[in-house]
Amino acid sequence: MSGILSITDLRLRRGEREILRGVNASVASGELVALMGLSGGGKTTVLRCVAALETFEDGVIDVGGVVLRPGPPPPRATIRDLRTRVGMVFQLHYLFEHLSVMENVTLAPVQVAHKPRPDAERRALELLETLGVAHRRNALPRELSGGEAQRVAIARAMAMEPPLLLMDEPTASLDPARRGELGETLVQLTGAGRTLVVTTHDDDFARDFATRVIILAEGEVVEEGDPRQVLTNPKHEATKRLLQSARSVADG
Amino acid sequence: MRRIALLLLLAAASASAQQPVLRWGGDAEGGAPSVEADPNDPAILRGLDVEVAEQIAKGLGRRPEFHQVEFTDIDQSVQRGDFDIGLNGVEDTPARRRMLAATIPYFEFHEVLTMRIEDRGKFSTLAALRGRRVGTLGGTIAYERVLAAEKSDGVICISYDDDVHPYADLRSGRLDAVLLDNIIAARSMRRVPGLYTEERPVATSHYIGVLATGNTKLRDQINDVLRARMRDGTLERIYRKWGVWDSYQPAFFAGVLNAGVNAKKAAEGGGPAQNLDVVFRYIPALLRASLITIALSCLAMALAVVVGVFIASGRVYGSAPVRALLTIYVEVVRGTPVLLQLFVLYYGLSSVIKLPAFLAALLGLGLNYAAYESEIYRGALEAVARGQLEAARTLGLTEVQVLRLVRGPQAFRIALAPMTNDFVSLLKDSSLVSVITVIELTKQTSIFAANIGSWVVPGILCAALYLVLSLPLSRLAGRLENRWKAATE
Repeated sequence: MSGILSITDLRLRRGEREILRGVNASVASGELVALMGLSGGGKTTVLRCVAALETFEDGVIDVGGVVLRPGPPPPRATIRDLRTRVGMVFQLHYLFEHLSVMENVTLAPVQVAHKPRPDAERRALELLETLGVAHRRNALPRELSGGEAQRVAIARAMAMEPPLLLMDEPTASLDPARRGELGETLVQLTGAGRTLVVTTHDDDFARDFATRVIILAEGEVVEEGDPRQVLTNPKHEATKRLLQSARSVADG
Repeated sequence: MRRIALLLLLAAASASAQQPVLRWGGDAEGGAPSVEADPNDPAILRGLDVEVAEQIAKGLGRRPEFHQVEFTDIDQSVQRGDFDIGLNGVEDTPARRRMLAATIPYFEFHEVLTMRIEDRGKFSTLAALRGRRVGTLGGTIAYERVLAAEKSDGVICISYDDDVHPYADLRSGRLDAVLLDNIIAARSMRRVPGLYTEERPVATSHYIGVLATGNTKLRDQINDVLRARMRDGTLERIYRKWGVWDSYQPAFFAGVLNAGVNAKKAAEGGGPAQNLDVVFRYIPALLRASLITIALSCLAMALAVVVGVFIASGRVYGSAPVRALLTIYVEVVRGTPVLLQLFVLYYGLSSVIKLPAFLAALLGLGLNYAAYESEIYRGALEAVARGQLEAARTLGLTEVQVLRLVRGPQAFRIALAPMTNDFVSLLKDSSLVSVITVIELTKQTSIFAANIGSWVVPGILCAALYLVLSLPLSRLAGRLENRWKAATE
C-alpha cells in the first residue's frame, strides 16, 4: 500500500475564524476513506484544499508527489500536474448547464487531454453505462434527477482518469436505496485501482462501504480507523455527538 | 396720499395684466439677427423680429409675449395654437402659404453661396459645384435649392440643424460651399475668417409671419400694421439698426405696398392632391433613410459588442490599473449625454482628425453603447455560478479555457435578452446623429414634415418604419428571456 495523499498539519483561517487547526491524514492507494464530522467541522474545506481551490496558512499537502504549500495559489505547472492526479465531484454537481451530458463528460478529455473526440465519446459512453446513465447522454443537466446528475458528475470526473477522486457529500441528496447503489458503484471504482475520499454525514454509508473513517471536529482529526469499530464504539465526544445527530435526523 | 398711490399702482398693474397679449413664437437659440438672447443679459431678447413683434403688438393694442420654439417646429407649433404668430425669419414658401395663414412679406433676402477665399470666382453658381459638398440649413428654401441642385447638377447636399456649423465645416474643408441667406452669410463672414461670398444671388425670398390656418382676421389686422410701419419708416429704422437694410428693400417695400407681391404669392398653392403627390415623392427618401438607420445601428452594435466584450473582460480579469481605467471610461460615457459625445467627436476633434459624418456617428454610437454592453457582459460574467468555474478548473481547464468554454457561453445566454433590448434602444438613439449632418429616418421625416407642413403622414410613416425594424427584435428578446427562465428553473 503506497500513499497517494498525505496531509500534514494543515491550518487554514478565514478572517478571525480558524477553520482547520492542524489536520493530519494520509490515504493509501485503493482506499475508500469516509471523512466525517458535523457541519462546519471543515470536511469540505479539506477537500477544497487538496483540489487547490483554497489557499491555506500552514502545512503541506502531497498528492502523489505534487506538493502544495501555504501562501499564494501554486504556479500553473503545479496546478496542471495536480489536476492529472485529483478529480472532484461537488455536492451540487455543478454540471455545465449549457452542455449536454455527453458534452459535459467529453469536455476535459478533448480540451485538456487532447483526445480525439470519437475516442473521448466512446470512453464517456462506457463510463455512463457503468454508472447507469448512458440513456441520458443527450439530456441537458436541468433535465436530470438529482441521482442522475450525481452519476454524470462522477463520470465527468472519472473521464480524466484521476487516481484520486474527491467527493463532497455524495449521499446528501439520495434516498436509502440510491445510497446503496452509489456505495456499490464507489466500491467498484476502488476495485479498479482508484482511491476515493468521500465526505459524508451518513454513518451507515460509511460503515457499509468505507475502508476507513476519519472523524473531523472543530478543524482537527479526533479519531480514525476501521469504520465498524470507530462508529460502533466511539471514543471521542465529537464522534458520539455525530452519531446522535445522524440518528435524530434518521428518526426525524 | 399714500393710499392713492397704492391704488394707482394696483390699477396700473391690473391694467397691464388685463391688456391682451400677442403671443409670438421664435427660436432664441442662434436666431440672430432675428431673435437672440442679449449677450449682456441672456434673460432679455433682442433682434429684428423682436422689434417687429413689438411694433405689431403695439399696432394691435396688445402686449408682446415671447414663446420659445424650435426653429423647425414653428409651423406646427403655431398651427396647434401654442402662440398667435410665428415670427423668426420664417421664409415665404408655397407650402407655408398653403398650410397656414401667412402675413405679407416684410423683408427681402437672397440666397448666396459662400466658399473659402481661395475658391473665389470658382463657384459662382450651384451648377459649378458638381460633385462638391454644399452645406445648408435643413428645412429652408436654401435646402430645397441645394436638394434640387443635387438632382440637376450633381452637388452633394449636407443638411445642418443650425447656421453656425456649416461655416465652420466650410473653413475646415468638410464642405466646399454653403448656401444660405445673405444675412446669415454676412454674419458668418464676420465670425469665420478666410471666407468669400458670391454677390450674385442664387435665389430671392422673403420673411413672413405665420398664423394658424383659420386665423385670417388677426392676419389681416397684422398686415395693416406692417404696411403702416413700412410707410412710416419704422421698419426701415429697425432694419438699419440691425444692419440689414440694403438697396433691395425700398423696391421690395414699394411692391408690397402696391399689393403686388401678396396677390401673386397668394394665387399660388394647390389642393390636397398635390399633398398626396408630395407624400409619394418622399417615400423613397424615407426608405433610403431607413437603410441608413439600419446600417448605422447594425455597425454601431457590432462595434459596441466587440469593444464591450473587451471592456467587460478587462474589468473582470484585468489588473487594478486596467480595471480603474475601464471603470472611468464606462462611467464617463454613461454619465454624459450621447449628444455631447457626438458633438465632441465630430466638431470638437475636427482640428485633430476630420472624421466623415457617418464614421463619427458610427464611432459615437458604438463607443457609447460599448459602455452599456460591457456592463451587461460584466454582470453576466459575474452571474455565472462560481461552482461552474471551480468544476471546470478541477477538470484541468486553464483560466482561458474556463472563460472560453464555460463562463463565456453561459454569460452569453444571460446577456442575450438585455443585448437585444439595447439594440432596439440603439435603433432609436440613432436618430440623434442628425446633429452631425447624417440624414437618417427621423431627420428625413422632419424634413418631410417641414416640407408638407404637417407631421401626421410623415409621423405615421416614420413610426411604422421604426416598428417594422424593432418589433421583431423585441419579440426575439422576449422569447430568449423566456427560454433562459425555463432553463434556470
